[in-house]
Formats: sequence, structure tokens, C-alpha cells
Amino acid sequence: MNPFIRIENISYTYPDAGQPALDGLSLEIIPGSFVAVLGANGSGKSTLAKHLNAILTPDAGRVLVDGMDTADEQNLLPIRRRVGMVFQNPDNQIVANVVEDDVAFAPENLGVEPAQIRRRVDEALRQVGMYEYRLHAPHLLSGGQKQRVAIAGVLAMEPQVLVLDEPTAMLDPRGRREVIAAAETLCRQRGITVVLITHHMEEAARADRLLVMDRGRIVMDGAPRDVFTRGQALRALGLDVPETTALIQRLNAAGMALPADALSPEDCAAAIEEALCH
Amino acid sequence: MLKDITLGQYFPGDTPVHRLDPRTKLILTFVYIVAVFLVGSWGGYGLVIAALAAVTAVSRIRPKALLRGMKPLIFIIIFTAVLNLFFTPGEDYLFRWRFIKITYTGVDRAISMVLRVMLLVSGTFLLTYTTSPLAITDGLERLLSPLKKLHVPVYEFSLMMCIALRFIPLLIEETDRIMSAQKARGADLETGTLPERARALLPLLIPLFVSSFRRADELALAMECRCYNGGEGRTRMKQLHMAWQDGAAFLLGALLVAGILLLRRLGI
Repeated sequence: MNPFIRIENISYTYPDAGQPALDGLSLEIIPGSFVAVLGANGSGKSTLAKHLNAILTPDAGRVLVDGMDTADEQNLLPIRRRVGMVFQNPDNQIVANVVEDDVAFAPENLGVEPAQIRRRVDEALRQVGMYEYRLHAPHLLSGGQKQRVAIAGVLAMEPQVLVLDEPTAMLDPRGRREVIAAAETLCRQRGITVVLITHHMEEAARADRLLVMDRGRIVMDGAPRDVFTRGQALRALGLDVPETTALIQRLNAAGMALPADALSPEDCAAAIEEALCH
Repeated sequence: MLKDITLGQYFPGDTPVHRLDPRTKLILTFVYIVAVFLVGSWGGYGLVIAALAAVTAVSRIRPKALLRGMKPLIFIIIFTAVLNLFFTPGEDYLFRWRFIKITYTGVDRAISMVLRVMLLVSGTFLLTYTTSPLAITDGLERLLSPLKKLHVPVYEFSLMMCIALRFIPLLIEETDRIMSAQKARGADLETGTLPERARALLPLLIPLFVSSFRRADELALAMECRCYNGGEGRTRMKQLHMAWQDGAAFLLGALLVAGILLLRRLGI
């Protein structure tokens, strides 16, 4: 399949920073995939995210979105329409004080017909399970709900790619589950490409493909189960493995023979039960 | 404590007054203000009061709420009354003692000025009580949209209003949080002389400002990501529609003005 986003050897240094934030990074993202990006603070993962919809443009190399170069001003709106971005703090992304008015903001900016906007807003809110809250004031919603409204606000542009830049960092465990579940559904059922930047191993474990970044480069790239077997290397980068993987590794070290790819708590429990009962 | 601040003083409801197009209500409020100034007879005041009472009754706003709105203005009202009562020139004395003179014209004028101020205030309060701040912003934007031709950024102003309204509860919450944090570290925000208290506010205001700027930065980025590029070529999901009720409201407004002018001519 042709990659929807193609990144060719990009480098980027923030003004008045010594170290480059991205250092000769290349990447291709296949449409419909769920890609997670892990990395310690300062590894460049947020900088990478901002290159995906032309908020930042590379100092060297180039980024092509659906064949369009992000460095070309002419492509700005078409690229942002295709690649939606959701940030960490839901409060600072919501513009209007009624949920449905906020979701309508992007299609209104794009000059969509009023009846069409209504349809898109209702659909976007249904996709994230917030339709019943369409007339609420955002400040009365929980963190997870607000973040889902923010996702709906981006979905109303009908993007092909959804970039989530640490969307769960400010949420409680319940809100975290809601947001990740919504993103996963969008990817699996609607075929939207999801790029999830995260700190949480458990979230990253649910992706098809896991990228690990360090000092502006991608140092590991593969299926989560393969990446997480390299616990030693991950710890050296200041990262950890999911608790399930850590448990399996310790049990295996103690003489059990459990499969290393049981990532979800359910799979892990099933694998242990299997080993104990036979 | 800061949570008690209600802004815009909107009382949600589903009455004919609530349902009117915000543009109609804005225009009629303007007409009403002009009408109050056109009143030239006691009969005219009676008519305006009757109209106000009728609208209040239809919109199910409690008269108490209207009077409560008047509270902050009590000094202006008293000042107006005193000024007109004692300093109206004339010879038709009602009361005279040394340099204190009260004339019949003065009493007349004091009562009519106080009535006028109170009617103006309660009329505009009725607008904000029955129309959400968002609807007012929306209505204003559309009424002022002809100014776009003169390159007045009408859409940007209304977006600014909208964002300000959106962020008020957030900033109040944040102020509460910072206050608790400073109090936990021994800050005394409630006692002391006025200059001392003003100085004590500084550690409150600085973090608030810093975080507001950060919020503004992030919001701007999020707006850009949602393809915001100015008011040009923008459409709106919600279209405002004038219905027959709006026509009826305009007719009633015209009748009010005509009635006032007639009573003024007749001198009733």
C-alpha cells in the first residue's frame, strides 16, 4: 500500500536550541494503521507530531502528506484538513461554550454548507460517544469527555489521519480508557490512520506498530510485542515495558515458559492460567 | 467563593421572548432606549412601564430579579434624584429653608429622571436575562456584518467575545486553585490595609497571567490545526431565521413608540 505520509530524512532544530530535536528521521505511515510513538521527554516525539500537519516544517529533508509537501504554503489548508491534531490539554482546544458549536468550528472554517456541517457535527459526536452531550457547556464535562469533544472537533474536518499528542497525559485512568477506546474504534471501524504519541506503555501496546524515539531518531520500529521483548534496551532509553510484559519476563526468568507476546492483562492472565493448569 | 459569579445573568427558558431572534431583541432594545428618552408626559411613562411589565410577565422573569439588577446602581439613582430635587431652578417653591429650595418642577424632574434610569436599566436587563451571551454575540455579529465592507473585523470581534466567555469559568477555577496554593503557603489575602491587600494579590495575578498566555498560545495552535484562517469564506452551522413572531414584536415596538409620541403631543 502507498504510504499516506512519507517523511524523508528530516532534521529540525528549535530556534535558540543547541541540540536538534529531530535528526535525520525517515518514516512512512500506511493508511488505516494505528501507530504509537514512545520516547522519553525530549526525545522529539512531539516535534515529530508537529511536522505531520505542517505546524513545523523541517530544516532539511521533506514531509509529504498525500503527496503534498508541507513546506509549500499553498498546501497548508489541504494538509491540515487531512491530518487532524489533538493536544494534551482539552481545555485549551475548545473554542465555543456549547459542545456542538465547538465541533462545528472546523467545518465552518472550511466553508462547508450549513446543512452539511450539521450532519458532520452529529456524526463526529456520535463516533466519540458524545452525542447526548451536544448542548452541554464544555467546562461542566469530565476530562475524558472534553478530550473526546476535542477529537470530535477534529473529526468534523473528515481527516484521513488523526494525530494525538499525549491526549491522556492530563486525564484520570477512566478518562484515559475512554479516549484510547475512542481512538481505537476510529481506526478499526472507520479506517482512520491514528498516530498516538504517548508515555503509557499500556496504550502503546494496543497499536499495530510501535516506534521508539531517542534524541530525534527512531531507534526501534516494529510490532509492540517485538519491541517490548527488548526490555533491556528500552530501560536504557528511560522507558519501561508494560506491567504484563515485566511480569512475564520475571516469571520466565524464574523458570516458567510463558509466551512473550501476551500484552493485554486478559491475554497475560490467560497465558499464566494455561501454564499453571497444565 | 469565586464560583458565585454569574456572568451574563442569563435565565434559560422557553417563552416567546426567549425564542425571538437575538437580532430582533437587540434592535428592539435599542428602540426601547430611544423610546424612553422620547417620553414627555406621565402617560408616556405609564405606557412604557406597562410594556415592560408585559414583557417581564411573558418571559416569566421574576420582577425581583429585575430589582436585584438595580442594586449596584442605587447610588447613581439616589444621586440623580438629589441633584434634580435640589438644583432645579424655578420659583414654584414647595419648600424653602435658608439655602435649601425644593421646587415643584424639581420634584417633577427628579421623579421622571429616576424613572427613566430605572426603565433603561431594567429594559437592558430583560435582554440579557432572556438571551444567552452567545446568542447576543451572534446577533451583534450579524447586525454589524455590513461593516465588514469597511474592513471592520466584525467576525474576529465576535470570536474574541465568544472565546472570552468560554474561558471565564476556566480562569475563575484557576484563580481559586492559585489562591488555595498561596494560602497553603501562608499568604494572607483577606486581612490588612488596602495597599497591603493589593500587594498580596500580586502572587495571585502573576501566575494567572503566565498561565493565560500559555493557554492563549495553545488555543491559537489548536485553532490553526482546525483550519482557522480568519473570517473570510467562513460559513455557519446555525442560521438565524426571522419568523412571524419577530414581525409581531417589531409591530408592538412601533406601536409603543407611536403611543409615546401621541401622548407627548396630547400632553397626557
